Amino acid sequence: MEDFWGLAVQLLHVWMFVVFFLIMLPAMFGLSLGVTGVYIQVLVHILEWATLRIQRGRQQQPSVPVPLPNGIIEHAGGSMEEEMGRLRSGSLAEGKFCLSDVFYFYKKGVESIVDDQVTQRFSSEELNSWNLLTRTNQNFRYISLRLTVIWGLGVFVRYSVLFPLRITLATIGLSWLVIGTILVGFLPESSVKNWLSELVHLTCYRICARGLSATIVYHNRENKPQKGGICVANHTTPIDVVILSNDGCYAMVGQIHGGLMGVLQRSMVRACPHVWFERSEMKDRHAVASRLRAHVAAKTKLPILIFPEGTCVNNTSVMMFKKGSFEIGGTIYPVTIKYDARFGDAFWNSSKYNMVSYLLRMMTSWAIVVNVWYLPPMTRQDGEDAAQFANRVKSAIAHQGGLLDLAWDGGLKRGKVKDSFKEEQQKQYSSIITVGNII
Amino acid sequence: MGFNGTSPLLDQRGELRPEDFGAIRELSMNPIGDRIISAFFSPGKETVDFASFVRILAHFHPTETSRSRDGVQPEPANSRTRKLKFAFQLYDQDRDGKISREELLQVLRTMLEMQVTEEQLQSIAERAIQEADLDQDDAISFDEFRKSLEKVDIDHKMSIRFLS
Repeated sequence: MEDFWGLAVQLLHVWMFVVFFLIMLPAMFGLSLGVTGVYIQVLVHILEWATLRIQRGRQQQPSVPVPLPNGIIEHAGGSMEEEMGRLRSGSLAEGKFCLSDVFYFYKKGVESIVDDQVTQRFSSEELNSWNLLTRTNQNFRYISLRLTVIWGLGVFVRYSVLFPLRITLATIGLSWLVIGTILVGFLPESSVKNWLSELVHLTCYRICARGLSATIVYHNRENKPQKGGICVANHTTPIDVVILSNDGCYAMVGQIHGGLMGVLQRSMVRACPHVWFERSEMKDRHAVASRLRAHVAAKTKLPILIFPEGTCVNNTSVMMFKKGSFEIGGTIYPVTIKYDARFGDAFWNSSKYNMVSYLLRMMTSWAIVVNVWYLPPMTRQDGEDAAQFANRVKSAIAHQGGLLDLAWDGGLKRGKVKDSFKEEQQKQYSSIITVGNII
Repeated sequence: MGFNGTSPLLDQRGELRPEDFGAIRELSMNPIGDRIISAFFSPGKETVDFASFVRILAHFHPTETSRSRDGVQPEPANSRTRKLKFAFQLYDQDRDGKISREELLQVLRTMLEMQVTEEQLQSIAERAIQEADLDQDDAISFDEFRKSLEKVDIDHKMSIRFLS
């Protein structure tokens, strides 16, 4: 019995040693031992082998379903004018109503019943080939023995080796954050305090990132957001915050929550000025805007981090940016965040999973591989209103990350379409049939 | 036909109601969205089951030109005539076999709503009926409808191609 305890204690010592020296210390100095890099390389090889296997298996078993990441029907491109012109095929003069016009709307309507652009964006992206995680293989299909063995090994490694390690790291990271920021909060306002607070924040976020086996590559770091600016990024998951904070300190904006999140928020704000709102204040747009404006005006404060989409989207597209953040003034620093879906699906489907089960899924994926691009700063030009500016920034972000630029509102996840969209379609159609001024 | 992934809306009841279609945002934006939704429901019924849903969608299946059409086989749902008939019913809501002036006006109203005046709507409808109405009975029958759309490539315009 005593031997058992002695052994357990020894193991615990080894464990803590590994965690502390091989992970925490390098994190504090922003160094990396390269273990994760090797791990990712090995994973890539295994996944490529698996892809070939699956393709071979598909040829032999035609019943295995083929994933269709771009939707299940062929969409005809082309604007309303082009399509209607084709419908009329020159038999009738331009600018008149024609019985066949309705076919255009009919087809578009039924197409959207079968497969539409918006609903697609709120569920996880379908991968071109299976990445050996149960969750991405619909109704686990047996394809070959070797594949199943590798998958089984993967499950074992992920749940019993990687998962405990990650949980330990995450706990250490978060508790360090709380303790560290409270301690730093006791100091008087000074440059030492700011420097210390930055150190604490960076270290803890780095530990948390290791806790997710995150490999982050930052591009164009010369465009990193500066003090007194506003950083704007596309939103896929709450982990975006951790990803961005690994490279610099930001002032966060958000609602004060209760529970663990609330404790974190309250302690963080002691060390450096974040902007937290009470729930009631969030409804008042002017109050929010004026507080943010005050923060930006003080040029010495950290750049604000805002996600203008307002909700999590599945990282294949960028949805409409809410113009509120673009009315504050100041320089906007756009950032694109793109996750590599082969190693784990980072999208938080908040209607399907709550925060805890989402984090569990994250910690049992292979890894999180992210590319972050810092784009050159943008300011609002004369003659441009906030909405146009927001669209310009959105296009830049979408273009950089290879994401689809959609004009749809992320709020549609939960709300209904505004009538103004229908009026837009009607306006377009009426301009087609009144072209020749025949009416 | 591969309809496996088509209907994410169908819930455990196995039936759809008109409200379920309301969840599709692009459909709410479509001026004739409501008419399309009601096309799925037989007159008087409030629900549509999966089999009927599929039968309606079958009208949009691309026409296969290789099919041999002898008189013995019943006409398939996606033939040119059936597609035209389906579109005809969009106009002819009371199913009396003719598109009256009032029915045409209703469709025009939903497609244009506040963008044109009532007089303009009337004159558009007037001209459309004059052109298509061959037997001068002030309404468009199915044959007149078919004749006026002779040159339109229905097979292409009323077909949705499923990938793989």
